[in-house]
Amino acid sequence: MKNLVELIDVSLTYGKTLAVSNLSMKVPEGSFSAVVGPSGCGKSSLMKLVTGLMPATSGSVLVDNKEISGPVSIVGMAFQNPNLLPWRTTLQNVLLPLEVVRPERHQFRARREEFVGRAMDLLKIVGLENFADHYPWQLSGGMQQRVSLCRSLIHQPRLLMLDEPFGALDAFTREELWDVLQAIWLERRFTAILVTHDLREALYLADDVHVMSNRPGRVVRTVSTSAFSRPRNEHTFIEPAFNESVMELRADIRRQRMPIDVAAVSQGASKVESKA
Amino acid sequence: MTKLDRLGPILLPIAMILIWELACRVFEIPAFVLPSPLLIWGALIDNLYIIWFHASQTLFTTVIGFAIAVVFGAILGIMVGSSRFAYTSLYPMLVGFNSIPKVAIVPVLVVWFGIGAVPAVITAFMLSFFPIAVNVATGLATIEPELRDVLRSLGASQLDIVRKIGIPRSLPYLFASLKISITLAFVGSVISETLASNRGIGTLMTQASANFRIPLVFAGLVVIALMGVVMYAIFAIIEKRMTGWATRGTTFGVGG
Ligand SMILES: Nc1ncnc2c1ncn2[C@@H]1O[C@H](COP(=O)(O)OP(=O)(O)O)[C@@H](O)[C@H]1O
Ligand SMILES: [Mg+2]
Repeated sequence: MKNLVELIDVSLTYGKTLAVSNLSMKVPEGSFSAVVGPSGCGKSSLMKLVTGLMPATSGSVLVDNKEISGPVSIVGMAFQNPNLLPWRTTLQNVLLPLEVVRPERHQFRARREEFVGRAMDLLKIVGLENFADHYPWQLSGGMQQRVSLCRSLIHQPRLLMLDEPFGALDAFTREELWDVLQAIWLERRFTAILVTHDLREALYLADDVHVMSNRPGRVVRTVSTSAFSRPRNEHTFIEPAFNESVMELRADIRRQRMPIDVAAVSQGASKVESKA
Repeated sequence: MTKLDRLGPILLPIAMILIWELACRVFEIPAFVLPSPLLIWGALIDNLYIIWFHASQTLFTTVIGFAIAVVFGAILGIMVGSSRFAYTSLYPMLVGFNSIPKVAIVPVLVVWFGIGAVPAVITAFMLSFFPIAVNVATGLATIEPELRDVLRSLGASQLDIVRKIGIPRSLPYLFASLKISITLAFVGSVISETLASNRGIGTLMTQASANFRIPLVFAGLVVIALMGVVMYAIFAIIEKRMTGWATRGTTFGVGG
């Protein structure tokens, strides 16, 4: 299958900070990729590179086989913070991208009914069709995140970028939204890149899980989840192979942690003891 | 709000007036040093027409100066808040300008425009546009970077971001600043009238104090304070009406 996104030996620096380096990664069109890695390893930077919000310092970022030089208008984005506009209703929030993206922005008035229909379809999938006229402050955190998800999909992007979208939610709501996201993806089959620090989330949702190294980040391993059939559900969690993968990924991440000098720590402890 | 909370703003001034009246009588303070509230009230009633003659002028120059400040301040705030270039180049100058005591500029204004309403309008404007500009700029500059990214990734221009997010987002900041600014505009008008005018509350007070009519001076002060409170209240109500969404759930704790 053709790759929608391909990073070749990419590096990115902020001033003197080298955020990512030697980063290479491929995301086939229509697939769901997850990126996991220790905090500060450059996952959010990866999002900025792929969407063209940040130019790579070196290496190349290909989207649709073309090297990009600015924002690529084929993406939808959602973050940990739903970032809804408090003066807009749910429906108006979901419609926002269509007021901005080309060519829809010029057809907004003429095709308004069609666009509202699209928004309502999405809201129905996430179970919020009865909340279209509510304001964000009338919605729970999980509901706001659903709206944010709808907003990121309303312009039918070919690429969905999610940066820890469920990170701030409680465990029940989070697992509920995994199924919501899986349902939308199975129906629409856009290409998705999900950044997360939740290994079960990565394995549950993605086709490929990319593990990143400590800063400067690069992909050290890619794990395929083709062994777990779709649609995935609560039975997936108890499959031995699933839990083995979780353990392996955890070990990978552990290896990426700052090494703790165990000898030095125990020496320090014994010094304190001898003083006492 | 409890009953006491509601009555507080009324009870406190009444208590203060009572203590004032009492102090004036007990310590036999002469009226030309500190007139008692009763004396001030008398001066107010006796000179109602002449006070209105001057107060209406002050109100007029204040409102005109303030209106110009709203338009100018909002435009300036949008520029400073949405463009890094405008921010770095304009901000130091603005802060410098705001540090100049406006009293020092009034004589210059008189040289340029003569005595009367124009210097008062300009002084009111100069004192009141700054909080408006700063607040609007704050509303724009504090757009969540991720929201900005969402729009930029869709090909939105800076202008799109300002229109779709920046301006609506800065409205609560704008309205919060209006009620502060209107009181500053009064200060500006009165300063200018005190120095160079033949009409206005400031003029009335200068003339009254020159004639040792101290109760009338205080009556002028009371009128200024009342006009300030009424204007503040009007803009506080407008603020509540226009930006109810900002005070629900999240708090936008920004004043002047
Ligand atoms: N705007 C920035 N300016 C300077 N340094 C940054 C900036 N954004 C991120 N960094 C640095 O780059 C590294 C990677 O950041 P980020 O991509 O946000 O990591 P992650 O999302 O994996 O936690 C971090 O060390 C961070 O401190
Ligand atoms: Mg991050």
